[in-house]
Amino acid sequence: MQTSQLIVKQTPEKIALYFFGAFTLHNIAAYSAQVDTLHLEQKSLLLDLKNVTSFDTAAALFIHNLQKQADDFTLLSESPKIQENLLFVQNQVNHVPPRQYERRKSFLFAIGKRVEEFVLDGRLFLAFFGRIFFASLDYLTHFKHIRYKEIAFEINESAIKALWIIALTSFLIGVVVAYQSAYQLKLYGANIFIVDMLGISILRELAPLITAIVIAGRSGSAFTAQIGAMKITQELDAMQTMGFDPYAFLVIPRIIALMVALPILIFVADVMGVFGGMLVSFIDLGISGHLFLERLNEVVAVKHFYIGIFKGPFFAFLIAAIGIFRGLQVKDNTQSIGFNTTKSVVMSIFAVIVCDAIFSIAFTNLGM
Amino acid sequence: MKIIEVSGLKTVFGSRTVHDGLNLSIAKGEIYGLLGPSGCGKTTLLREMVLLQEYAAGSIKILGYDLEHINHAQAQILRQKWGVLFQSGALFSSLTLKENIALPLREYTELNQKMINEIVALKIHLVGLKQTDAHLYPSQISGGMKKKAGLARAIAMDPELLFLDEPTSGLDPISAREFDRLILKLRDTLGLSIVMVSHDLQSIYDTLDKMAIIDNKKIVYEDTLQNLARSESHFVQTFFKERV
Repeated sequence: MQTSQLIVKQTPEKIALYFFGAFTLHNIAAYSAQVDTLHLEQKSLLLDLKNVTSFDTAAALFIHNLQKQADDFTLLSESPKIQENLLFVQNQVNHVPPRQYERRKSFLFAIGKRVEEFVLDGRLFLAFFGRIFFASLDYLTHFKHIRYKEIAFEINESAIKALWIIALTSFLIGVVVAYQSAYQLKLYGANIFIVDMLGISILRELAPLITAIVIAGRSGSAFTAQIGAMKITQELDAMQTMGFDPYAFLVIPRIIALMVALPILIFVADVMGVFGGMLVSFIDLGISGHLFLERLNEVVAVKHFYIGIFKGPFFAFLIAAIGIFRGLQVKDNTQSIGFNTTKSVVMSIFAVIVCDAIFSIAFTNLGM
Repeated sequence: MKIIEVSGLKTVFGSRTVHDGLNLSIAKGEIYGLLGPSGCGKTTLLREMVLLQEYAAGSIKILGYDLEHINHAQAQILRQKWGVLFQSGALFSSLTLKENIALPLREYTELNQKMINEIVALKIHLVGLKQTDAHLYPSQISGGMKKKAGLARAIAMDPELLFLDEPTSGLDPISAREFDRLILKLRDTLGLSIVMVSHDLQSIYDTLDKMAIIDNKKIVYEDTLQNLARSESHFVQTFFKERV
């Protein structure tokens, strides 16, 4: 096989380029380094391709660019294939529209764009709220339209199957809180007050919050991914063309299911959290189970329990609504599912905490 | 009788105009094709016809309903009069084929389970699926089977009008020709009117009665296949090269 190389011969008004061997993508870089040192302007160019063994479109483009620079040129080649290739590339190049450069976006533009997206997102969420409202009105006026089967299925998915993880998490939270406070309380000899502390903090704040956070990570993300996937596979479109309102079929059943499920889960979390605390009190502080429960009954008002349970449906609505809304925002690509799922979990946990803060202030001011 | 009339339709996505004044009309019993280069807005037009997408101006009338002033109850009636087959079938992934096909029957009719089962079996047979496939989930079947099942679901309610989005794309040539025959058979036996988006030349030659070619935001041609030679559109000249 002939080695490929480029030989350059120069006279004051003429440049001759002799190409040998393969002339392809792989040796164009070396050739162009050689050619760039020459000054082709105002000179006549001789291109000899007679000894070229292989020639590709990149080479044709290279030749085409050389021809454009030189004043006049002669091309020597006997292969019809090379000439065809050259002609083809020249034709194509002449039809490529000149590239348009996009103006660089300024920093201000980027900020504006983000703000616009944020506002549009907010408006879409409002529209989503309106749709939920209408679909629930339909439920309330037409009992026949309620999709009991779907609701029951979702309650099973998001409550019954979550029982163990909620029970375990809240038990551990009870243990940890009790263990840490037992150490401090022992210093003051105020052992028995652990009951007051645990009772109020778990029933009123910790159990609802921990349950909501676990469910946001578990069910909220599942809602987003399920509905997002349905959107990508056009299942939602198919439903709409068949006259099935996705809000009645998918959205409202999930929201109702979670609103039913969360108070039940919070109740379980209450029981398990207090049980965890009781266990540590017994082991660490020597408070018997009997004494613990008696004291609990005495000092912790039942309102704390009710307030904790009362928060459940509100947290559930936020988690389900945000999860489903993000699912509906999924675009036609798979990356979008991941992006929206992340956003859904972060946003719903944030919303739950904000909601909890509002409740906390409201209830305290109401004297509860 | 015209079952679909589109006039002066304009569609805008952000700053990009997709359609600028489309006019077309589709008669009852016709198999009507929407053709054109990629990105010309064929599927968008189809989505506008089936109430999945809003348009900027103009009007679309389907079976006598003006889509712009349609209310919810009318839209629900209209939706039961048409069937739609999406490009990838769009079967409900949580239901088996049988349940997918039975869903509109269960939701919209008072039929008992036995009757529904019989109808489902008939539609499964009609589209050329095996009865044993009925218990499979969409994830367990091939792309061609998904399309057939999607078609069975689309015709479950015996609609007057059938919309098909690239029915033969992604099918092997034999299945594609089978699908064409199936579409012709449905039109002849059930008296359906069919609107389809297609790129498949053979399918276009074999099935279409009439077609509209969209290019550069406008309809550049609307007529039968036979009169195609008279068109001067660049797309027509290249796409139907050997025919024209």
